[in-house]
This record gives sequence, C-alpha cells and structure tokens, in this order.
Amino acid sequence: MSNLTPLVSYEKLRSEAVLATNADAEKTRVLVGTATCGVAAGALQVKEDFIREIGAKGLDAEVIEVGCMGHCYAEPLAVIAKPGFPPICYGHLDNGLVHRLVEDFLAGDDPCYEYAMAALEPNDVFPTFAEFPRGVYEQKLILEQCGFIDARNIDSYLARDGYSALAQALEGEPQQVLAEIKQANLRGRGGAGFPAGLKWEACIKSGGEQIYVICNADEGDPGAFMDRSILESDPHLVLEGMILCAYAVGSGKGFLYIRAEYPRAVTHVQEAIDQARAKGLLGTKILGSDFSFDLEIFQGSGAFVCGEATALVNSMEGKMGMPESRPPRLAQKGYRGRPTVLNNVKTFAYVPLIIKNGADWFKAIGTPDSPGTAVFSLVGKVVNTGLVEVPMGTTLRQLIFDVGDGLPNGREFKAVQIGGPSGGCLPETALDVPIDFDSLQEAGAIMGSGGLVVMAQDDCMVAVARYFLEFTQHESCGKCTFCRLGTKQMLDILTDITQGKGDDQTLALLEELSEDVRDGSLCNLGRTAPNPVLTTLKYFRDEYEAHIKEGRCPALVCHDLILYYILPRKCSKLCNVCVGSCPTEAIFTREDGLKEINQEKCVKCDNCLKACPPEYTAVVKLSPPILPPEKERKN
Amino acid sequence: MSDQITITIDGRQINVMPGLKLLWAALDNGIYIPHLCAIREEIRPNASCRLCFVEIEGSKHPVTSCTKTVEENMVVKTRSPRIDRLVKTAFELIISDHNLKCNECPANKNCVLQTIAKERGLRLKQKRFKSIVREFELDDSPEVFAFDRSRCVLCGQCIWADRVEAKVGAIGFTNRGIKRMVTTFKDLPLADSICTQCTLCVDACPVGALYYKKDRKEAGS
Repeated sequence: MSNLTPLVSYEKLRSEAVLATNADAEKTRVLVGTATCGVAAGALQVKEDFIREIGAKGLDAEVIEVGCMGHCYAEPLAVIAKPGFPPICYGHLDNGLVHRLVEDFLAGDDPCYEYAMAALEPNDVFPTFAEFPRGVYEQKLILEQCGFIDARNIDSYLARDGYSALAQALEGEPQQVLAEIKQANLRGRGGAGFPAGLKWEACIKSGGEQIYVICNADEGDPGAFMDRSILESDPHLVLEGMILCAYAVGSGKGFLYIRAEYPRAVTHVQEAIDQARAKGLLGTKILGSDFSFDLEIFQGSGAFVCGEATALVNSMEGKMGMPESRPPRLAQKGYRGRPTVLNNVKTFAYVPLIIKNGADWFKAIGTPDSPGTAVFSLVGKVVNTGLVEVPMGTTLRQLIFDVGDGLPNGREFKAVQIGGPSGGCLPETALDVPIDFDSLQEAGAIMGSGGLVVMAQDDCMVAVARYFLEFTQHESCGKCTFCRLGTKQMLDILTDITQGKGDDQTLALLEELSEDVRDGSLCNLGRTAPNPVLTTLKYFRDEYEAHIKEGRCPALVCHDLILYYILPRKCSKLCNVCVGSCPTEAIFTREDGLKEINQEKCVKCDNCLKACPPEYTAVVKLSPPILPPEKERKN
Repeated sequence: MSDQITITIDGRQINVMPGLKLLWAALDNGIYIPHLCAIREEIRPNASCRLCFVEIEGSKHPVTSCTKTVEENMVVKTRSPRIDRLVKTAFELIISDHNLKCNECPANKNCVLQTIAKERGLRLKQKRFKSIVREFELDDSPEVFAFDRSRCVLCGQCIWADRVEAKVGAIGFTNRGIKRMVTTFKDLPLADSICTQCTLCVDACPVGALYYKKDRKEAGS
C-alpha cells in the first residue's frame, strides 16, 4: 500500500465498498431507524417484527439498522427499498403495520401508499420529503446521510464517496486544508461561533511536537440531541472531519469526548474507529501517506459543565470537571499542557464537506457572517418535532411555523427558548429574527448548541425560567462565587415568585443579581445561566408582576397560585369519572349530586381536568386560588 | 531596576516587575483590592472568589486582577460604579453563606471579610439575600485546632497550605455546586485522616473556619 498515492489507495477502498454494498442491489432492503430516538419509540421491536415476518414468508429481503432521519414525530420509522419502486418511508410503525407492509408490499406489489410518509427519490407516484412544506426550507448538509446509511458499516459511507475529502487533502499540503476552512469562515457550532480556522491556526502557532484534537460530544442541554444523532447515524463524517483537522494542525492523537449517557453513540463511534483503522484510514501512514493519526473515545460522566472547554480537559486529565480562568486558551495550553483543538461534533462534520466542495460552495449557503446551515432539535409545543437543518438566516418564524408546522391542537404561540438552558426566551415579536450567531445574540438569546423549545400560551414563563435555572444551578460546579451562590439565590427568588411571594423590590433584585452573575462568573455556564431569567424579565415582565402583585399565574401553571374547581353549572351529576380519577380521594359527591373538590386533599395533579368528558368540561383551574362565593357555586 | 514596567493604578504610577499579576502589583504598593482565594505562588490562579475585579482601560469588561498580568502603561481603576456593584454582590453572596456570629468567632477583628467590608464600606449584615448557611458538625478532633465549616468561604487557602506547603494532602474540595466543601478523604474527622496537624492550614484560613481551640470564644463574650 505504501507505494500508492492516497487517492489510488482510496479509490481501491471505495470500489471495494461499492462492490460490497451493491453486490445484492437487486435485493429488497428494509432500513429501520434505530438511533436512540427510534429505539425509545420501539424501533428494535419493529426490526424484529420485520425479520420475523420476512422469515415467515421466506422472502429474500435484508433488514438494516440505520440512524435518525430527523422525523422524530413519526418514530418508529423505516424505509423500504424494493427494486422497481422508489424507496419509500413509513412512519408510526407497529407490528400490525409491519405485517401489512410485508404481506402487501414485500410479498405483493402494493406499496400501501395510505401509510407512506414520503418517497426518498423523485418519482411520478409519490411525493418526496423535499416536497413537504419543511422541505422547502430545509437544506441538509451534515444530516444528509443520517438515516440513509448503515452507520455500523464503513462501506456504506465509503460507497457514497466518504473519506474522499481526506484522500484529496492528503494529496496536498496541510496548509491547504487550513486555508480552505479559514476561507469558508466555518464558525464553531458549539454555541459561541468562534471561527474554527482561527482556532486551528492559533494551535499551529503555539507549535510543539504534540497537538491534540478533541471532539466535544458532551451534549448536555435538556432537549438537545443533534450531536447524538449525528454520531449514531453518520459517525464516519465526524471522524473524517477530525482526521482532516489533525492533518491541518499536525496532530497525531485525538479524542472524542462523548458522554456515557449516549451508549449507542459510543458503540457506533468505537465501531467506526475500529473499521477506519482496519482500512488504513486511521493509525500510522493513513492511506499510504506520511501522515499518522489515531483516535480514542473518552467517556464523560455526564456533568453539564464538562461541555466547557477547560472543564472538559480537566475531566480528561482525571481532575474534577471544573473550569479554569482563561487565558491561557486551549490552543495555547490544553490537554496535558499541549496546544489543543476542541470543536463540536457538528463543526467537525462540516469539514469534509467544505474540503470536498470548496469554501465558496459553503459560503454560498447561509448568511455572509454565518455561512452554512444550522442544526436544531425542534421540540416542545410544535407539530413536527425532530432534527432539522436549515440555512443560517432562516427566521425563527419559518423554522417554527413552516418547518415545524406550528403548534399542535390550535395552541397559541407564546415564546421560543433557543440555545438550551443558557439561551433566552424570545416572544412573538422576535420571531422574524434571522437565525445566525450575531442576530440571536443581539436579541438576547444565543445559538447555543441548537436546542429549540417552542412554548404555548399555557406555559408559564416564570416557571420556565425557574426550570432552566434549576438545571443550571444543579449543574453549577460550585467553584466560583457568582455561579455557586448567585444561581442559588436567583433560584430561591424565582421559587418565591412562583409561590406568589415577593414585593416591589423583588424583580429589581432578581434583575440586578442576574446581571451580576452574567458579568462576574468565571466560565460561560455561569455567565449564560441568567439568560432565561433576563429575557423573560424583558419580554414577559407582566407575568412576573401578576405572580407577585395579584398572586395569579396567568398561564395557570404554578401550583401554589391555582386551584381546581368543578363548575356546578357544567357538572353532569350523573358521571363519576372525576371521582375515579382522583388519586387522593379529594373529589366527593355532594348531597345535591354535584361533584366537589376538597381543597385540603387536592394535590393539583390535573387528573380530573383531563378525565372530565369533553361534553362537560366542568373542571377548571382558577388563579388566584380563591373559590367563588357559595351562592355562585350553587348555580 | 530598568527591567521594571510602569503601570497606573487609580492615578498612581507604579513600577512593577513584568510577569506579575495585577493584584499583587497593587497590594505590594499599598493599594487594596479585595481578595480571598488568590495565592501569589499559584501559576494558574483559582479565580473563584470573584472579589478582585478592576477596570482596565481598553477592556470592555471588568477583569479579575488575580488573573491579569501587568502590561506596560496599563491604566487600572480599582473603583468604579460597575466594579463596586460587582464586588458588593460577590461579597454579599459570600456573606449569605457564612455563619455571621462574629462575636463567637475566633477571627473576630482579624477576619478578611471584616477587612473587605471596612475597606469598601460594605455591610456584614447584608439584607438583599436570604441566609443560606449550611449546618455542619464541628470537627474538633485535632488536638489544638478545630474546623467549623459554617464559616468556610471555600477560598482554598487551607488546601494550598496542606498540599503545597505541608505536602500532606489530607484535605480537598468535594461535591459540586452549592454542596461544595472542604473535607478529608471519606469525610473522616481530621484526626482520623492523614492530617499531621501541622496547623499550616489554620494559619492560612482568612475567616476563622479553621481556628486554634485556645482562641475559641463563648457566645456573647
């Protein structure tokens, strides 16, 4: 192999892979999405069902596990690729549907269009995902292959020109890779948006014989799962990006810092590393060149703060996962005191695409200052939850109402929380803000790592701010005064407000303290923790005031400020559903046959409200928690 | 002296050795900046107490003087409305987690918190924040000293004394967040740990959390 140039070595690998994956091109394939999200929805059972049904019918079809396509709302999902038909995706699978698909489509010739979601290739009979309303706005770069390739088989990646960017780069000089990434203005996708090229260059300038490349896959935001999905669905894309980075900066050793709570990602990445090594794409003399580089997984123990660069390095070195003051930056003094490149999963994933297609291609997507796409996990009160990738510059409104198809059950939009627990809550008026690093920051939120939670009118913004602060306070490492004690005091104040406690000074104090925690904390966890509080204070101050001044929770969420009440004029008397639904036996039948809630016993679990049949809807929440006068209650 | 550089703090020109951190440059020249966790010999400062903020001309944000290396012609202000506000909040937060029974404390009148309060005109009995002082069992197992964690401000001075000066390593930080504390391996009483009772940590404690038993004061006395 050593006599061959990287491109020739690569071409050999690729043609072998094409052969291996196409050997049975005439065979029917069932691709089941088994990323963690799919598995949680029952994909493994679906896979077993397919295998059993296909076996029972004695059909010649292969069942393959693939990653996540990003359509979480329709999990479990599978794609059936049968020769003679376009590949078709089916959602909401269960054993009945699997039975039907195998019998009618695999054994017969009826693709069961009534159950199909979309075709994957343009055709004359059935629409594709691109023709979905969200398809207009979506542009998949790093998610392109997620859910369509076998993440556990390197040939699947190689056959689709995977690692061609690496082969191409190895033919040239390392500086060319760096120049291309700098030219592309690829900004770090971990949240802050620092240009990756400049970071790499700083490392090279620090010099020395050992530079480390680390991939930050410590994704810890509640409700964020972009990095996990990519690692589970297309691990080689990230590996290739890391190898290219290592080539550019002259590193011989890299790590993927993956949280241990992502066991599937850990397994898939480890398999990918082993397979890449076996093919000569990792290890000594990669693809017959003089460049050697190897990768190792480091499993993080799930501390949110370890996503912070210096804390991450400390934890890798066996110290407590706590941040250090900067400078020195990692590029000067990182892992084991050596210059270290630390980038997010998504940042590395863009690298092969930029090397393959060129910086100009990348810059043509998105906005001038934030080129490329943004990947979001779209969750909360939105119809199409899932993983979406849109060009930078797309507005929040397009993302929520066009890609996400708006809020379910006719709910009214209230706020969108963007950037995870350290992001901000933006109101309706901010929906036309374009999504890019700088515009979001201006609006008071941050790009963060890409969590996006949609909230409706029935969400209480004080409770939301309290929820996120509870998270950051719990995840505070406790090293510095502002974060350790400041977030605790903020949380206590917020808890008081959700209980209606406070005076005219409370909000001013909360705001002042939030600003001081933002300005005074040691690391970005503390500095960004007040964001949800500051933005809700800015945009939803009236809700805070209602809690304090009127003892009222406008969204009817805060337990201490609401009570459950059965409207006498609506209660049917003859129905006992609410009585049966109550876990604390707080609901009783009065002498006049009406139901009533014993407020002493009520734990506000919401069961009765949900249980009361829609033709009555007699159970309501009242805030402030004051029972109507007895006279009214008799009507 | 030609290799010294000149900086200006609060309008006063001073000559300092290059490489020195700003906090020590100021302190060495009689300019007080509040601080708890700073250790002169430490290469990478802890920067955890967040009390030593100053404003430097040309810097957008306040910086901690313990982490900032002096630079030629640097112009520094130790007081400004912004700095005073940050220091006040940091100080009051620390106080909210500090056992404030000064009259029972051996460090009374010799306490860094009292010094900071006096220098900056701050009140020990702050009213903005709820007291969240935790309850701990007093560790008076060592022969001549005791450890009252309810007074501990987590500055880390005792740990430095124990590890770097005494080279023992009996104590360290454990737990995260609001539960962070200084303790021994397995939370053993100091006397049952590898502590040699050299008392260097007691001398290092700025607030009377570690104190000599002979200095103990009875309530109200």
